[in-house]
Amino acid sequence: MIDTRVTIAGVELKNPVMTASGTFGSGEEYSEFVDLNRLGAVVTKGVANVPWPGNPTPRVAEVYGGMLNAIGLQNPGIDVFARRDIPFLKKYDTKIVVNVCGRTAEDYIDVVERLGDEPVDLLEINISCPNVKEGGIAFGQDPKAVEKITRQVKEHARQPVIMKLSPNVTDITVMAKAAEAGGADAISLINTLTGMKIDIHKRMFVLANKTGGMSGPAIKPIAVRMVYQAANAVKLPVIGMGGIATAEDAIEFLLAGATAVSVGTANFFNPCATVEIVEGIEKYMEKYGIADVKELIGAVR
Amino acid sequence: MSKIKMTANVIKQDMIGPDIYSLWILAEEIAAQARAGQFLSVYTKDASRLLPRPISICEIDREEGALRLVYRIAGGGTREFAGYRAGDTVTVLGPLGNGFPEIAADRHVFLIGGGIGIPPMLELAKELNCEKTAVLGYRDAQLFLKEEFEPYAEVVVATEDGSVGTKGNVLDAIREQGLIADTAGHLKLPAGEAVKQKPAAPVILACGPTPMLRALKAFAAERRIECWLSLEERMACGVGACLACVCQTGGVDAHSNVHNKRICKDGPVFEAGEVEL
Repeated sequence: MIDTRVTIAGVELKNPVMTASGTFGSGEEYSEFVDLNRLGAVVTKGVANVPWPGNPTPRVAEVYGGMLNAIGLQNPGIDVFARRDIPFLKKYDTKIVVNVCGRTAEDYIDVVERLGDEPVDLLEINISCPNVKEGGIAFGQDPKAVEKITRQVKEHARQPVIMKLSPNVTDITVMAKAAEAGGADAISLINTLTGMKIDIHKRMFVLANKTGGMSGPAIKPIAVRMVYQAANAVKLPVIGMGGIATAEDAIEFLLAGATAVSVGTANFFNPCATVEIVEGIEKYMEKYGIADVKELIGAVR
Repeated sequence: MSKIKMTANVIKQDMIGPDIYSLWILAEEIAAQARAGQFLSVYTKDASRLLPRPISICEIDREEGALRLVYRIAGGGTREFAGYRAGDTVTVLGPLGNGFPEIAADRHVFLIGGGIGIPPMLELAKELNCEKTAVLGYRDAQLFLKEEFEPYAEVVVATEDGSVGTKGNVLDAIREQGLIADTAGHLKLPAGEAVKQKPAAPVILACGPTPMLRALKAFAAERRIECWLSLEERMACGVGACLACVCQTGGVDAHSNVHNKRICKDGPVFEAGEVEL
């Protein structure tokens, strides 16, 4: 028997495969294609204290081997989310990770406090969204700000806290260490890389927001490198993501030092990607006689 | 109803207009459930193009389990599709979206299509069992699909260059030819033809570029005509998860809890009064 369980901040996942925030809603749409019970965890779309309308359209553009998005964290607000989305996910035997967004520290704290009594396993704090003017990445590009917001959230959080880091920084290890200094229980990376696409025929930006976050297979080597650097810079568990589309991709992240992985953009071109990756990791372990998936974590140094 | 992702066989493909292609695929499970106004996500074989292309269903052959997609080459992905021949395969996901509503037999339906918004109106023309007028807007005299509407509906054409029918857009044709009763209930009819005592209540069903839909929405609102519009937007997931393809709504939507609805899942067909264009 192979053991695929991993533990993040005291929470045991049945396998290391999670969804990436913003690509999977709260699971309902993809439950038509995959059995959510097979996933290590579902990470929800970011939720704020009040509803956010998001950005104007067009909100997405395809680029070579990837895509740009500038959704702008549209979300229904914590009240509707807690009433509708959490009970939906509770029907499944998977861990629930709620991604939290805000414009100010108070916004984040408000959501985190509201989630204190909810049956949520982990909180992921989004300090890295490149598509909103306030909050988001503004907290994620300055190590002092990262440490401060981490500490503030930790003071009010009942569940373990994952800080989601931005790759749009000079040195990812500085941000990882700042999150650790602030008391984070885990870190997740990478969020999207800020990009731009111009329509040469219309001579206009393709996205209404001008810039958008790049994701998809094209960014994977950058993500693997940053996960490797971060995992070797801090003692915290790292959740790796960025362009994962296959089990082979996921295993690369585990070998680089990730304790778990998130599947994001791949859901858009393969709605069954998450479960296929779970199965592919099992096959890989059987093929190479690996009894415990934890043997893979950080095995390449 | 469930969405199915499958590899379908290409039955045949023809170019039917400038950069306009007609693709018949064998997709029994999807064809069995599909309805007019729904669409498919079509995936490219080139892995560098990640996202599926949303393409509306032009015809459904439930007996043969076949679907017809008519699309315009808009970039590299659709250019790849245009190269498919009988015997090739194509990966599709569907049926997606809600489709057009059912229309009572005593109504007079105006099927209004502009450019590449024309194809989804053909399946409607075939299915609806009521008085039907198709108003089709083209750029020029390349009138793709026009003849295929003729067995099912009275067909009126508008062309931007004026080469066929009314010069201008679909609304110019409606106005010029007095197709839809004015606010006083009068129809403009050719000389000598008797005025109908009570014309069947009109319904507008339309698909086309946003400026056309915006004009139709205003036209229908002014005359209090029931009007349903099929919208288009850049999509990523196609199933309602990513929130890329939203449109603005007048009221707060129950799912989003803001003034946004998802075109791929809540639409693409909306009652005109519901959306802000």
